[in-house]
Amino acid sequence: MTPASDGAITLENVIVTYRRLPAVHHLSGTFAAGSLTAIAGPNGAGKSTLLKTIAGLLTPSEGRVLRGNLNATDIAYLPQLPDIDRSFPISVAETVMLGAWKRIGAFGEVDSRERHRVGEALACVNLLGYAGAPIAALSAGQWQRVLFARAIVQEAPVLLLDEPFAGLDEDTQGHLISLVHEWHAQKRTVIVVLHDTDFIRRHFPETLLLARELVAWGPTGEVLTQENLGRARTIMAKWARSDDMPHHHHG
Amino acid sequence: MEHLLDPYALLVEPLIGYAFMRRALVACLALAMGSGPIGVFLVLRRMSLMGDAMSHAVLPGAAIGFIFAGLSLGAMSAGGLIAGLTVALLAGITSRTTILREDASLAGFYLASLALGVLLVSIYGSAIDLLHVLFGSILAVDDEGLLFVAAVASITLTTLALIYRPLVAECFDPTFLRSVGARGSLIHLIFLVLVVLNLVAGFQALGTLMAVGLMMLPAAAARFWSDSVAGCIAFATGCAMASGVIGLLVSYHFDLPSGPAIVLTAAVAYLASIVFGSRAGLLARYLRRPHFHDPEEVKS
Repeated sequence: MTPASDGAITLENVIVTYRRLPAVHHLSGTFAAGSLTAIAGPNGAGKSTLLKTIAGLLTPSEGRVLRGNLNATDIAYLPQLPDIDRSFPISVAETVMLGAWKRIGAFGEVDSRERHRVGEALACVNLLGYAGAPIAALSAGQWQRVLFARAIVQEAPVLLLDEPFAGLDEDTQGHLISLVHEWHAQKRTVIVVLHDTDFIRRHFPETLLLARELVAWGPTGEVLTQENLGRARTIMAKWARSDDMPHHHHG
Repeated sequence: MEHLLDPYALLVEPLIGYAFMRRALVACLALAMGSGPIGVFLVLRRMSLMGDAMSHAVLPGAAIGFIFAGLSLGAMSAGGLIAGLTVALLAGITSRTTILREDASLAGFYLASLALGVLLVSIYGSAIDLLHVLFGSILAVDDEGLLFVAAVASITLTTLALIYRPLVAECFDPTFLRSVGARGSLIHLIFLVLVVLNLVAGFQALGTLMAVGLMMLPAAAARFWSDSVAGCIAFATGCAMASGVIGLLVSYHFDLPSGPAIVLTAAVAYLASIVFGSRAGLLARYLRRPHFHDPEEVKS
């Protein structure tokens, strides 16, 4: 279902700016097809910005993101704090059904196959009894499970998750990380923004350490060294000083 | 007041006995069918005050139409439509390309538009013309006006049926829709056109100010009765229609202006929904029975 040739994403000298300040600076490299990568780095290092750029929601001001033959619908993106009004009158099943957009679009019929997919996804995240419940009735952990179920229904060869475990109880966290491992086992490309380095060491084979510019990218054990983490902090401290200066020149 | 005891004379005869009341009734029902669903989507988009802003924005267009063609429905409606869409587009472009959020940029443009409208009317028209545009008169709706209102209701319902899924998705999670490559801004634009169309249809019947009331009050009340978008739309439409009928009857029997009578009826429904609504209404919240604290209690 997910051929190995699909799913590689290459960054070519990518620069993303926010009001002339670089949020991501001269970043190059490749997320191999089927790789499981954590994006780590201090606060303000540009992790979320990079993820949005890979998702195609931000355009680099220089450089390119090469997605091979991937379409927008082949990339499932889960933002850190989705701009969703939780009092919106919509049910859990309808929310998860949005994941079928690639196949049903704006006008296509929701057939029994799609309903079956939604049921299976809800079973995967232990929310089978909640299909008809309004989303307003859910706890934070259950809500995150719903968003994971939607990502499952997307059946995307690439998944981008921004701090998906933040603020969740250990049970939910363990459950959701096992889903991430399952996606990895199915040879999908999974990229996750995380701040907890111990958690990354336990679960992620590859890590990209970012401090607006690339610090290190490769096997997690070689990337998350004390030396690299220290360097990331030093670079961020330098940027923090230049952010305060009124006339920053790129160069 | 003997006729108040006879249900036929009380409820039916006023609505069908006179041509102007029959037209007013049909205009109200048609307006309700378009405005009800549009109001629900405005509430869901967290743009409840946008209808109000847009209703002011149509004024200079209607005034220009009036200056060139007098009290002609076609000219004033076309002018209002153009002015409303221009303001909506300018505000949309400004908020997407600059730091200003949509509510602030809309406020800026609609206030400018409103002032221009008042200026035009005061130079070329009279205070009575201004009052007519602001408050309308559903009892003076002619055949041409009726056709226009019915056409707008038909266009609104057909278009909403076509764009229903992307519109709900765009209201609910615009980032998701963008991430799967759908044209969210196109859907937003189509929706804005429908908002302006319904306000223009409403202004000649109820006036620019009162038209928004029929749009927003039933929609705001609906959220207290349903947990689904379709349920909210059904409630809002029914509530708007009932408000139209009851408001017309009240205005007939007590000799009150019809526009405010209709909107105040909708306001009563809104207040009642806040208190009695089955979904998170005040009574439902405070009269909720306490839950069990101990599994043993359930058995006993």
